[in-house]
Formats: sequence, structure tokens, C-alpha cells
Amino acid sequence: MSIGLILLFVVGLGVIGFYLGRRRALTSVSGDPRKLHSLPSQYGQSVFLFTVVPALLLLAVWLLAEPRVIDSRVRGVVEATGATGSELDLKMADVTRISEGLDALVQRSTLTEDQLTQMRADMADVRGRLADVGVALGSAVEPAVFQAAKQRRALVQTSSLLKGAGVALFAIAGFAFAISRINPTFRARNVSEGVVMALLIGSSLVAILTTVGIVLSLVFETASFFRMYPAKDFFLSLTWNPQFRGGSDLGIWPLLWGTLYVSFIALLVAVPIGLLAAIYLAEYASKRVRSVAKPAIEILAGIPTIVYGLFALITVGPALRDYFAQPLGLGSSSSSVMTAGLVMGIMLIPFVSSLSDDIINSVPQAMRDGSYGLGATKSESIKQVILPAALPGVVGAVLLAASRAIGETMIVVLGAGAAAKLSLNPFEAMTTITVKIVSQLTGDTEFASPETLVAFALGLTLFVFTLGLNVLALYIVRKYREQYE
Amino acid sequence: MTDATAQNTPAPSGKSLLSLDQRTRRRNASERRFRLYGAVAICLSIAALVMLLTSVIGNGASAFFQTYAKIELTLDPAELDPEGNRNPDEMGKVTTLRYGNLMKAAFPASLQAAGISTEGISDTEIGDMLSKEAPAQLRDRVLSDPDMLGESVEFWALANGRIDGYIKGRVSMASAERDSNVSPAQLQLADRMREAGLLTTRFNWDFITFPDASELRPEAAGLGVAIVGSAYMMLIVLFLALPIGVAASIYLEEFAPQNRFTDLIEVNISNLAAVPSIVFGILGLAVFINYAGLPASAPIVGGLVLTLMTLPTIIISTRAALKAVPPSIRSAALGVGASKMQTVFHHVLPLAMPGILTGTILGLAQALGETAPLLLIGMVAFVRDYPSWPIDGFFDPASALPVQVYNFTTRGDPAFVERASGAIIVLLVFLLCMNLLAIYLRRKFERRW
Repeated sequence: MSIGLILLFVVGLGVIGFYLGRRRALTSVSGDPRKLHSLPSQYGQSVFLFTVVPALLLLAVWLLAEPRVIDSRVRGVVEATGATGSELDLKMADVTRISEGLDALVQRSTLTEDQLTQMRADMADVRGRLADVGVALGSAVEPAVFQAAKQRRALVQTSSLLKGAGVALFAIAGFAFAISRINPTFRARNVSEGVVMALLIGSSLVAILTTVGIVLSLVFETASFFRMYPAKDFFLSLTWNPQFRGGSDLGIWPLLWGTLYVSFIALLVAVPIGLLAAIYLAEYASKRVRSVAKPAIEILAGIPTIVYGLFALITVGPALRDYFAQPLGLGSSSSSVMTAGLVMGIMLIPFVSSLSDDIINSVPQAMRDGSYGLGATKSESIKQVILPAALPGVVGAVLLAASRAIGETMIVVLGAGAAAKLSLNPFEAMTTITVKIVSQLTGDTEFASPETLVAFALGLTLFVFTLGLNVLALYIVRKYREQYE
Repeated sequence: MTDATAQNTPAPSGKSLLSLDQRTRRRNASERRFRLYGAVAICLSIAALVMLLTSVIGNGASAFFQTYAKIELTLDPAELDPEGNRNPDEMGKVTTLRYGNLMKAAFPASLQAAGISTEGISDTEIGDMLSKEAPAQLRDRVLSDPDMLGESVEFWALANGRIDGYIKGRVSMASAERDSNVSPAQLQLADRMREAGLLTTRFNWDFITFPDASELRPEAAGLGVAIVGSAYMMLIVLFLALPIGVAASIYLEEFAPQNRFTDLIEVNISNLAAVPSIVFGILGLAVFINYAGLPASAPIVGGLVLTLMTLPTIIISTRAALKAVPPSIRSAALGVGASKMQTVFHHVLPLAMPGILTGTILGLAQALGETAPLLLIGMVAFVRDYPSWPIDGFFDPASALPVQVYNFTTRGDPAFVERASGAIIVLLVFLLCMNLLAIYLRRKFERRW
């Protein structure tokens, strides 16, 4: 049964329950709502909630657990053939594809259920028939794999049936229970508000669950990485050289260096421009200039990072190579630390400027007036009174920008290159932590190898770094705000 | 007293107040300089924005136009419908290869019939001027209308990417000499065909509706699957993040007691807002794909990851909107006997709705442009089949607009740069519409209390 149909059934039953519940409440007091404990619609509401909420919870749990349960049952059959490790994974992938192909065959009615039960891998032309429905298989199908595929298909079908039946049963049971409880003294308002309150609390727990999920997934996979690869080499080795066949050097330093170098150049671009722009907008600009320039700069913040990445790849990179790197003899690569840093700097300008704008505006007017009264010019007041007063806030803004720069991915993937190097030349291609997370996790290597799992260790490093910077920045900004409020 | 101070006043320096002294001039100059720095900073940022947009639009606008070549060919029923029943199911067994051969034979002939000289260029080379996708398109057209068989028809076939590039100015005679995929003779023939009206450039709807195409046929690559995938993910984000975000905000803003647990949730939300997006991709890979076993490169996983990512944005803006509703509204509702829940759902929430919707649209816009987490959950895979209708379609493989851009940039053929920029134009148009809608909502419904 398709999920859409199940959802439709549950919600439909809930809506019917709402009207039935309301009517039943009204008829129980022969149409005089004053004799009810709660409003009639609250009786309806309680029926709706009891019908829909448990059923949908069951559906969500089922959907999350179903693939895992089926997988473990089928894996047992395939394991019996003696396959282990990557061979097992390959066979499991085959099983999934074959069973989906068989499903497609049955749906196109070129194959009946009876034929399927009698079909055997070594007799019928399984490969040819599956190719008709777009499932291309590399080699001939092993009988055991075919059996597992058939079993998987059967399991998927049973599960789908059970899922539909179970969810419908939950919905009907909730419906019947809620309807049966309706009588004039039933406290429908308290019950339905209680359920709604539980839903509200549950929703706000999603944030905690997300953090827990992030930390657990990073920590567990990192731990299994360190079981395969010594932590000492990861933190101390100066080379990054992953190999397909093991024996890789996975030292974090070249990546960390690239990350910090790119971020440094980005901040070198973004902080002066962003800060001066914020000062100009806050202190000098006329209303008209402000109404044009401020939104224009904020547009930069709304542009997706992939756009900046493409800009780096097709415009900035080649231009830097042709007009700076090659004439100066510094390199011949269009992707370089400079390219990525420059473009990332542009991306960070609105970030720095809008944060600094807020901070400069929150410096009390009295301090400005005092400075003007002593005869200082505007720029002298800014440099000697306003900026020192705003300094902690500006430092916080810069730290937040730095954390943004360190975690940025698409600009460096397209602009910085993929070569892990420890070099000072900004026109050379270098790579960053985020680039390597993408390349190690989107590559073709086996999941349970150090070359793939290193991405989780890199992710944990990134998470710790950015979290630390953010906590520090928020602490500084908050402390500063208290000074003037 | 006044006399004493008068006596202490230094003697006039003899300089006029109307002429500036050296020091004042220096200070004024430094004032002007500082002001100039600020103006330069503003100009630089705006110049960067303009350069960014012109670069993308300049490179991508041509992706919306495509070159087609006209072929007159007779569809031989013996070749294309060997059974002779005009039954599309049976005709479907005829492969694209046969259509390709038919086309390759018909193309030089139809050129000669139009009086265009094909001297000094082999028939194979002429055939190569057509896209490798063209036979498949002819096949689709024949299968949709089997009665065409046996007739002589006019067919506008997609031209090869290089020929298209030549018409658009990306390929020149000089570059063709160094290129193994195209020869100057082919380009000269293209010139002659254009003069005769057999080669034209038309608006390319296929770029928006077609699925992606393989590395060798950039001229046929489109954004259809990516747009559908992005739309599915936005639907999922909307239907999950909006209710969850609003519910969480209502709890935190209206009901939560001041205690450690509430503080923990708040700290969590502000930290999640600052976690790099790629970390959410790692979460999606580890939890939704590896642990829960959801299919990779499916919109459901992308939608869930983007939901978790946009939740903080939505919660923060929703709380601001709830906070902006004055307490007198709540007191009034409570005063006439509403319960706390009724106060919130009947009075506070409707008044905060415009602000909530604006925040949600901006959160969706942010999610629409997000690329990095989607790379990790396998949305980079090459997908040519459209996903089916929701909700089952959420579990089918699909692509996403920003990921499609990245995909195009990883391919060798320079024609894909044009496609990538064109895809970005489509993405930016969507973002612009969403932002305009948010601004409109804010202007129309915003209330000052």
C-alpha cells in the first residue's frame, strides 16, 4: 500500500472523527452545549488527535526501521554463501536491484507471481529479462543471490501490507477509543490541550536530537576510524596522500593549513571592506545612499555559495592566473588559495558589515556627542571613540565570519583545488578540510575503510573548531552588549 | 574675576579664523580620506555584486538558446516497423541505432537537395554535426505518432555541441583546428547551412524540461529532473520544518518555564544555526542512509537534512514574530476566559503569521541554494529518469538544482560551463521570486503596534 494512500486514510478518518465527535458530544446533551464540560469542537479535536497522532508516529517509526530489518534478514541468506566484506556489500546491492527489477517485471505484467515463484536463476534468462526493465547486471546471477532477492521482494511486500494494516488499525483503535470516551463530563479541553502541549514539547526537542545525532554520528565513526588508523599519525603527520589499496598517509596538517590560509585571505578581504562599508553606512551615508547600498550589499548574503563557486571557477580563477600568477611567475593553476580566498571574502562582506552596522549603531549617541563637543572631526570620533567602544563586538563579528569561512564548502571545492600541500605561495592550489570531506565521501572507496572514515574525523575537527569559535564570539558579543544596555 | 581671565588670554596669533591653518587642513584632509575609504568599500562591494551577476548571466544566457539543423527524411516503414502493425509497443523494439543510421544517411542527401555544396567533407563528418541525442528524439516523435511512417517529414534535429558553440561564438575556426571533435570544414558547412536557413537557433525550452544528458552530449542536457528534485525537497522542508519550527517556537516563547532544560534547548538552537552545512550532510549520511537505510540520492533524505538545517532559521524568525505581538492581546484573550492554549492559537499565532511566513520563505530560499550536504547524501549521481509523483516519488532518485550546477562544472566539455551558468540563472530566478514574495508579505501584512 502506498504511503500517500495510508496518509490519506488516516487524515480522512481523523477529519470524520472530528465531526462525529462533535456531533456525539452535542447529541449526548440533546443539543445544549452549556451542559458540556468543554466546547463541542474540543471533543472533535480530541478524537482527531487520538486518531491521527499515534498512527502517524507508528508510520514514521516503521518507515525508519523497515529498511534496516529487511536488510538484516536478507543479509543472513547472502552471508550463507560465504561472502564477506566488500563482496557481501556488492551482493547485497545486487539483491536490492534484482528484487526491484522483479517488481517492475511483475508490474508490467510480463511476469506473473506463479512464474516468479518457479523462476530459478540458473534456468530462466534472468539477466536478459531484467535488462528489459532497465536493471543492468554485471555478471550472471548466482542462485543464492536470486533466492535472496526473491525473499527480499516477499519481505518488502509483507512489510508494506503489515504497515498499511498496522497503521490503519492504530488509527481505528484511537478513533474508537476517543469516540467511546465522549460524554458531557469528559474533560475534552484538558485532554486535547495536553496532547497538543506534548506535541509542542516534542517539536522543541528536535533541536536537541539533531545535536545529539550530529555528535554521536561523528564520534562513533571517528572512533572506528582511529581503530583502523593511528590517531598519532592523523594529528601529527605532515602528508596527506590517500591510496585506494591501503597504506595511505592521512595527516590533517596540510588540510588545516589550506583551510586557515584560505580563511585568512578571505578575512583580509572581508574585514576591512565590510567594516569600512558599515562605518560609512552608519555615520556618513545620506538616507538615499543607505536605502540603495544596504540592500545591495545584503543581496550578496542571499546568493547561494555554489554561485560564488562558479564565479571563482570561470571568472576569478582564470583572471588571477592570466594577470597575476603567470606574469609574476608564481604559478599556472587557475584554482588557488587566492581565488578561493578572494571570492570567499566577497561572500563574507555582508556578514561582517551587517554585524558591525548593528554594533556601531548600538554605541550610545552620548559618546559621539561628547567627542564632537571636544572639537573632534567625524573620522577622529569614529577612530578614537566609537571603534574602541565597539571593538569587542567587532571582534565577535570577525570570529563569526572566521567560523563561516572555515566551514564553507562549495567555494573551496570549485576554487581552491584538490592538492594537499603545505606551501606559502597563495597562487598555488591547496585544499581544505571541507573539500576532502566531500571528495572522501563521494568517492568510490568502500565505506568501512580508513580512506572514507577519515571524513568523519575531519568533520569532527571542523565541528569542534566552528563550535569553539561561535561560543567564543557569542560570549564576547553578549558581554559587550551588557556594557551599554 | 572676568578681568583676571581676560588678562590670561594669549595674545592673538595674528591669523584669521577664516583661513585654515596647517593642522586643521591636515585634519580635514584625513577626514575626507576616511570618508573616501568608506565610499570605496561600498563601491567595491557593489562592483563585486555586479561582476558576479554579469559573469553568470553573460555565460549562461546562451544556454536558453539552442541550434537545430533541418533534415528532410523519409521514414522507411520496413526499417522502423518490421512487423508492419503500426503498434508503438512493437515499434519500441527498434533501437535508436537504426534511427541514427537512417538520419546519417538522410542528412547529406537533404543538404544536397537544398543545393548546399558538401564538397571536401565526408558523410560521416556531416553526420557528426548532429547531436548524438537527435536519433532518440526522432524515435520518441515517431513512437508518439506512428502514422508518420512512410512519409517524408521535416525534422529539426539538435546540432552537436561544437556546432552550437560555433553559432554562439564559443568555438572558432582556430580552436576547431586544434579540436579533435570538430573540423573547420564542418564549421564552414554550418555557415553555408545557416545562410540557406537550414540551421537556426531557437529558444530552448528543453533546457528547463529535459533530464540531464551524458558527458558527450552537452547540447541535450537539461534541468528537468533537478527542478523536480528541488521542488520535492522544498515541499518536504515546508511540510516538516514549518509545523515543527512553529510548534517549537510557541513552546519556547509562550509556555516554557525558565529553567535549565529550556536553556539547553535555546543554546542548542543557536549553535545549530552556526554549524557548517556540510556537517548536516555527514549527519544525513550517517543517520538517514547508513543507520535508517533510506535510499541514497532520494529527495526524502535531502529534504530531511535540509529540514534540520532550516529549523533554526525558522525558529529564530518565528520567535521574533511571536515576541512582536503585544502582551495586551494575550491579557485581553485571557481576560475573556480563553485558556492559554486558545489565546496562543486563536489570537497570538494569527497575528504573528505574516512574520512567520516571511521567515519560512527566507529559510526555504536558503535551503534551495544549499549544495554541500546534498553532495554527501549522493544527490550527485547521474539521474535521467523523472521521479514519480509524491509521496512515493520522494523515495526515487533525483537531482537538485545547485547540485546539478556542480555536476556540470565537473565535466570536461566547455559547453557545460554555459549549462552550469544557465542553471544558476534558473536558480537565481527562483530565489528572486521567493524573496520578492517575502518582501511583499512583509509590506502587506506588517503591523506596528
